[in-house]
Amino acid sequence: MRKTRYERAWLFVIPVVALVAFNAVIPLMTVVNYSVQETFGDNVFLWAGVRWFQEVLLSERFHAALGRQILFTGTILLIEVPLGLAIALAMPRKGPWVSVCLVLMALPLLIPWNVVGAMWNIFALPDIGLLGRTLNEIGFDFNFTQQPGDAWFTLIVMDVWHWTSLVVLLSYAGLVSIPDAYYQAAKIDGAKPLAIFRHIQLPKLKRVLTIAILLRFMDSFMIYTEPSVLTGGGPGNATTLLSIDLVKVALGQFDLGPAAAMSLIYFLIVLLLSWVFYTLMMRNEAQQ
Amino acid sequence: MRRVTWLVPTLYIIFLMLPIYWLLNMSFKTTNEILGSFTLWPQNFTVENYVKIFTDPTWYMGYVNSLIYVSFNTVLSVAVALPAAYAFSRYRFTGDKHLFFWLLTNRMAPPAVFALPFFQLYSAINLFDTHIAVALAHTLFNIPLAVWILEGFMSGVPKELDETAYVDGYSFPRFFVKIFIPTIAAGIGVAAFFCFMFSWVELLLAKTLTSVEAKPIAATMTRTASTAGYELGLLAAAGTLTIIPGAFVIYFVRNYIAKGFALGRV
Repeated sequence: MRKTRYERAWLFVIPVVALVAFNAVIPLMTVVNYSVQETFGDNVFLWAGVRWFQEVLLSERFHAALGRQILFTGTILLIEVPLGLAIALAMPRKGPWVSVCLVLMALPLLIPWNVVGAMWNIFALPDIGLLGRTLNEIGFDFNFTQQPGDAWFTLIVMDVWHWTSLVVLLSYAGLVSIPDAYYQAAKIDGAKPLAIFRHIQLPKLKRVLTIAILLRFMDSFMIYTEPSVLTGGGPGNATTLLSIDLVKVALGQFDLGPAAAMSLIYFLIVLLLSWVFYTLMMRNEAQQ
Repeated sequence: MRRVTWLVPTLYIIFLMLPIYWLLNMSFKTTNEILGSFTLWPQNFTVENYVKIFTDPTWYMGYVNSLIYVSFNTVLSVAVALPAAYAFSRYRFTGDKHLFFWLLTNRMAPPAVFALPFFQLYSAINLFDTHIAVALAHTLFNIPLAVWILEGFMSGVPKELDETAYVDGYSFPRFFVKIFIPTIAAGIGVAAFFCFMFSWVELLLAKTLTSVEAKPIAATMTRTASTAGYELGLLAAAGTLTIIPGAFVIYFVRNYIAKGFALGRV
């Protein structure tokens, strides 16, 4: 749409800027402040320079948490995006079942995150949980509170359960926006389903899939509540993702300096990767 | 071929429903039955857990608190996002693109990063443990989202609508309220749905900013799990009840849901 140049449009934006700045800038400055100082309590602060940043960037603990985080985010993206797309393609386009499908599929998205964690904890317990018990009955030695592999399995399945619907709903929205005429043209040409997918559906879905990947990337990178309720980061440190590690340092040990430095590094990583996605997305759009 | 396409969503929905069924199943069992045996449905059906939640103020007030701050947050976020989204969709002004991206970056801020500073900030201005504190804190990620969604919907409305209204002698506020808002009502519904959703499901900030007066239901649950031993039935009942407001809201917006998830920008 052509837009008019109008500087007073700023007045429309002021309430939003004021509220978000209050919530974002002040806490961010607090974090920056802590990250360059050392404290021994009693509000005594000493200048620490970039020491905390060096400490965090060089610590094996941070590398390990970051590694686990990347593994987690990578795995769930590889599962959720293709799976969500496949389900959206198989969904009915018209009729009474559409609403039923949409409502039932959206349900996991609206459950408080700690309830998701608690629900999966109960569901996967090896003695009284449906999933854990069934797996043990059919011969697997499954115990997610003891074995790191099982904890990871449960964590991944939980996230797939929780968030695949987001990809489904986005892809579905993209699919229903394709005009019927495209399909009719393909039919006249005698196109196979695979060709229809490759040449009609996929190009139209590019945009929504980018949004889906961006949202899933950001949210999975920030995940805290669900794994903290499900496994608490354990067994050992096996499922200690970045946020969990951060909260352990900040609120558990009250090491404000290192926690603040870690917060900033963490935020910058999310920001940088999201910026790359965002730029690619916008460039794509400009081309079309 | 037809049967296969029908099967995929069905299997997926069954997969989605299984943990929810298990939670529901647990909520109607006695603690003895949960810990003592493995049963696929309640043998000694009991509503004891639900009775406890509805008669004990520390439990049911959790729901009231959550609903208060979530509603307040939704109204506030959408109200301030409306003019901003209009500005982004209609005008060019200095710094508009940077401002838009800056707003979106706040959607990318990990809540774990902000938990402690938020606690200090809201303690300093004497809002700790109030509904307002949580509602304001949640605007951090809900305002950017609401602006994003509304901007998408507004860009879909042709500018001729505005121009015709001005020719007809409408003032800007009158045009905005009488014509523009009804035109994008669906978008407002979707934005409100998302604000409700993200405020309802968030726990880390809500828990950090409250202690007694405004404690959300989700926080009540975590504390019970750690202090009162392992009352799984009660926990399951409380969990089941947190699903209901969400289900209710989805039902109302079901026809817009797909569009909203695409943020109106497909």
